[in-house]
Amino acid sequence: MSEAAPEMAPAEVEPSQLTEVPAAVRAAADTILYMDGVTVSFDGFKALNGLSLYVLAGELRAIIGPNGAGKTTMMDVITGKTRPDSGQVFFQGETDLTKLDEAAIANLGIGRKFQKPTVFESHSVLDNLELALKGNRGVLASLLSRLAADQEARIDAVLERIALQDQRRQLAGSLSHGQKQWLEIGMLLMQDPDLLLVDEPAAGMTDAETAKTAEMLQEIARSHSVVVVEHDMEFIRALDCHVTVLHEGSVLAEGSLESLQDNRDVIEVYLGR
Amino acid sequence: MLLSNDHGRLLSPLGAKITLGLLLAAGVLVPLLNLAVPQDSVFHVPTYLVSLLGKYLCFALLALSVDLIWGYCGILSLGHGAFFALGGYAMGMHLMRQIGDRGVYGHPVLPDFMVFLNWKELPWYWYGFDSFPFAMLMVVLVPGLLALVFGWLAFRSRVTGVYLSIITQAMTFALLLAFFRNDMGFGGNNGLTDFKDLLGFDLQSDGTRAALFATSALALALAYLLCRWIVGSKLGRVLIAIRDAESRTRFLGYRVEFYKLFVFVLSAMLAGIAGALYVPQVGIINPSEFSPANSIEIVIWVAVGGRGYLHGAILGAVLVNYAKTYLTGAAPEIWLFFLGGLFIAVTVFMPKGIIGSLEQVSARVPLLARVAGGRQ
Repeated sequence: MSEAAPEMAPAEVEPSQLTEVPAAVRAAADTILYMDGVTVSFDGFKALNGLSLYVLAGELRAIIGPNGAGKTTMMDVITGKTRPDSGQVFFQGETDLTKLDEAAIANLGIGRKFQKPTVFESHSVLDNLELALKGNRGVLASLLSRLAADQEARIDAVLERIALQDQRRQLAGSLSHGQKQWLEIGMLLMQDPDLLLVDEPAAGMTDAETAKTAEMLQEIARSHSVVVVEHDMEFIRALDCHVTVLHEGSVLAEGSLESLQDNRDVIEVYLGR
Repeated sequence: MLLSNDHGRLLSPLGAKITLGLLLAAGVLVPLLNLAVPQDSVFHVPTYLVSLLGKYLCFALLALSVDLIWGYCGILSLGHGAFFALGGYAMGMHLMRQIGDRGVYGHPVLPDFMVFLNWKELPWYWYGFDSFPFAMLMVVLVPGLLALVFGWLAFRSRVTGVYLSIITQAMTFALLLAFFRNDMGFGGNNGLTDFKDLLGFDLQSDGTRAALFATSALALALAYLLCRWIVGSKLGRVLIAIRDAESRTRFLGYRVEFYKLFVFVLSAMLAGIAGALYVPQVGIINPSEFSPANSIEIVIWVAVGGRGYLHGAILGAVLVNYAKTYLTGAAPEIWLFFLGGLFIAVTVFMPKGIIGSLEQVSARVPLLARVAGGRQ
């Protein structure tokens, strides 16, 4: 962690000031995700312990933390897979996510990329993107669905963005690990969600693939809010964004990667090890 | 830029042509060779064979309905025989009402078994079955409704995999026990039999038998086309997505339970139609059709033919049932061992069934590749 990181833009100060703003204000229009005092326990073990986290519209946010810090559980809560025991989770200031199921939350505009790449292996790359394409998810609508020209154009554009043009007809199961990760990012793009949750996108990637993935996410973050959970410090450095450190189910520290590297608590639980 | 999704990959155009061609040929030739060719000719197809083949076609339709949910959506129903039997009972009830006063006891309204039980009037749920259109509606509605209620409860609670298979077994077993009871009003142990005619045509006559065979072939062909249409649509691709990664599909915003419910209900209706065509050709419907072993046998047909190809299910049903006819005649004591051994052998050596194995040799033999669908 010693080599010089790119200098943070001055704007970087703003998110850390936000910690001072009262919670109610956060639920205002510019907060896309609002989590307050969220607690989840599994058989007495508190996977999340009064977690409070706010993500602004259009923000790229990285979340780090040692194993068992609650990163994946946090994603499960946001996407409706796990119901919190207590606490509030609001999307775009008004929608209570704790009352909705996975499909409803996905249709609201929250997309999720899993830690292990989960693409539909017996479908082609094209079919994977088509399935993710934003649109009516009803049974009859699917039965009668035909791709319109503009939808085909969108698929083409995404194929280019995830560098899989040449693999379009290949079965997703035959892609390399890195390509599957990209395909999954591509599927998120097809969904065109307002908020993207990305779990360890660089896991198991080569250095070149990691750099390319960071580039992709930065580009995506220009038009979407993105929350990235990651272990790889080089990758976080490449993302060059605001970082939240989780520890034992709650937020330990927030700020730029540089400021966190000097933080004693953080060094103790995570970076120093 | 050229962008046509290569959806033909999931469907096999040549396989479909062969399947539909054979069904059409059988649907025309078998009745013709039975009715128009004199009995002493070598080309004559005896009437018992017409009904036997018709029975195979009904089983093939049943297998097709199981392949639609198991092969494409991963729902392993071990209780599909129940939907088949319910469709069969609906048809059986109509046929019973058609007997009229020609029964042994000569009662103008009540079927023989009700007279025997000393019942004075027809139970309310037998009303309407004297009408053919009403009975045909019930053939699809009763299995469909049961599948809707059962599926809604199971899929909403996210019961999947082996747990779902077990409760489908429990469902068909519960119905088996219920239909065994005399006071259910479905003839108890003996079921419904001694049918006389259908739409005024004598069920024992060659012409009626041939017509039933042709109808079975037509129903199978239409159901096959319907299933192909569904599987080839985006709906079919969602089903496969659910089969392979259910929770991922949910996170894309698809209501998995509705999709499962849709195919499950449709599949139950197809099974009901198969049962309704089966009953007049074999002349009896009794509770043994609900037996859990029957439902497991259907799954074996599909596994043998090849799961997830549609025509694989048809092929498997016909082949295994031919083997059953032959073996239960030639060496009845080994049939069950053969069936069990077949299932193990297919699972171990041909996990993709006959059609799937054809597909695997496809790289070397181009013609087979096209039959099997050309999936690389």
